[in-house]
Amino acid sequence: MIETRGLRKSFMSRQGREKKTVEAVRGVDLDVAEGEIFGFLGPNGAGKTTTLRMLATLIEPDGGTATIAGADLRRDPGEVRRRIGYVAQGGSTWDDSTAREELVLQSRLYGASKASAQARAARVLEGFQLSEYADRKCKTYSGGQRRRVDIALGIIHEPKVVFLDEPTTGLDPQSRAHMWDEIRRLRAEGMTVFITTHYLDEADALCDRISIMDNGEIVASGTPASLKREISGDVVRVALAVDTIAAAAEALENYKIETYDDSVRLFVEDGATAIPQILRALDAAGVPLGAIELHRPSLDDVFLTKTGRSLRES
Amino acid sequence: MKLLRDTSLIFQRQIQLLLRNPVWIFVGVFQPVMYLLLFAPLLKPALQVGSNAEAYEIFVPGLLVLLAIFGGLFQGFGLIAELRAGVIERSRVTPVSRLALLLGRSLRDVVSLIAQAVIITLLALIFDLRVFIGNLLLAYLMLALISLMTSALSYGVALVVKSEDALAPLMNTVAQPVLLLSGILLPLTYAPGWLQGIADWNPFSWAVDGTRALFRGDLGAPAVWQGLIIMAVLAAAAVGWAAREFARSVR
Ligand SMILES: Nc1ncnc2c1ncn2[C@@H]1O[C@H](COP(=O)(O)OP(=O)(O)OP(=O)(O)O)[C@@H](O)[C@H]1O
Ligand SMILES: [Mg+2]
Repeated sequence: MIETRGLRKSFMSRQGREKKTVEAVRGVDLDVAEGEIFGFLGPNGAGKTTTLRMLATLIEPDGGTATIAGADLRRDPGEVRRRIGYVAQGGSTWDDSTAREELVLQSRLYGASKASAQARAARVLEGFQLSEYADRKCKTYSGGQRRRVDIALGIIHEPKVVFLDEPTTGLDPQSRAHMWDEIRRLRAEGMTVFITTHYLDEADALCDRISIMDNGEIVASGTPASLKREISGDVVRVALAVDTIAAAAEALENYKIETYDDSVRLFVEDGATAIPQILRALDAAGVPLGAIELHRPSLDDVFLTKTGRSLRES
Repeated sequence: MKLLRDTSLIFQRQIQLLLRNPVWIFVGVFQPVMYLLLFAPLLKPALQVGSNAEAYEIFVPGLLVLLAIFGGLFQGFGLIAELRAGVIERSRVTPVSRLALLLGRSLRDVVSLIAQAVIITLLALIFDLRVFIGNLLLAYLMLALISLMTSALSYGVALVVKSEDALAPLMNTVAQPVLLLSGILLPLTYAPGWLQGIADWNPFSWAVDGTRALFRGDLGAPAVWQGLIIMAVLAAAAVGWAAREFARSVR
């Protein structure tokens, strides 16, 4: 449904007198299948928004090709526009308009007649459980309501593909869960959904397949399960007092280790045999330990092994 | 036709939002009325004309052109607010005509300017201004062209600079010499030769002369058609340029 090869974009940015080139996206290859929820996971500044804006025809790529829902991005951006929906990271509603007005206008901009635009708006408002607020000005909505209006605006014309840039950022846990349901509903209706996120649990729980992006490049792609499987072994996390971290790291220097403020994480082949050895090593070094836990690798561990950094920290 | 349909969609929305904010209409009319009431009485002696009616014939067209220029030049601020809210980006991912995104907005500005102009003309009638309806309509056409041009220009610049902080000084810098060199508030009849020479290069000074001629009832004056043509050409250029900016990538 979406296929890109070598998509590139750099920006000129001015810092005082100096001009600097920021390579925001450096050669992205993507293959998104029809009817899946595809996730773009990456830290701030990874180039997620830039990639999406290129695919949504808002900025022109410096290089590379892309086909979206059968239309060629470079040759026929008009056709791409007709086939996709795009919901920007920063939202797109006007304070003094109501959700219904925005939806009717948006639908008409896609060519619907007045009557059919009104019918569609009513149906979409119903679907997103917004009917109750539909005729109130957007500035009176809660963050979650407003985000649902944004998404409703992005799919009012029933596109084949919809791009959602960080649909759940800034929402409370309940609204996020609600939004996940909405996004799954879009997939159930046959849409291909392309979301960006920097939440690990979101990529894990919501997406059928993900690409992990860092610094303008894709560092790993696959289903969340297969990515985690690529990292063999287990992760052992040991909680420690702050002033003992250094000593612990020294005692455990034979392991693949990550240190944090209040704990260390160790990547081991087999947790069950490793834990007693770890306990002995720490004991010998005189490091008193807190909780110790064993878990299967998370997407953060995937990110860590691919980039050498933790997504939580970046 | 798609362009017409899209333009009217954008226009309708903009008008709807404008009417929702009646404070704007009050402010838009209040200021010129103050000029009419408080500034105009100084004119009769200053312009050395015989009657109030004559003074208004000179002053009202100048005031209207002034409103058209300034009203237009500052429309860009509204667009920057829309850019920030993501409304423009939302429109740009739809297949809507890029020219319509501009024209729908600029036409709203033209309509609201003409509404202002009508109110001011009616008030001036109370002060003995007399003008032929046909001439008046031509004068309104001139105002419409001016405001189309200045608002398109302002939108284009807004799309380029993308921030109020840059737009405000820029527009002020443009507006000031235009204002001083067009003889808008006082005719340049009494200006020294060099000043008139510079003013000849100011397109708005032609527009003001044309509008004044129309208010005077001097339909045959060359300034009328010259002003209209100059304004039409500049308006078309500004619209073309600003529509290209709407089509270009914005961030
Ligand atoms: N218009 C621009 N001019 C200059 N630099 C830009 C521009 N747009 C993006 N960048 C830079 O490109 C890089 C990628 O930005 P982008 O917005 O794509 O990141 P992102 O992955 O969406 O991040 P976030 O999670 O914070 O939204 C950043 O370093 C950013 O500063
Ligand atoms: Mg982003």
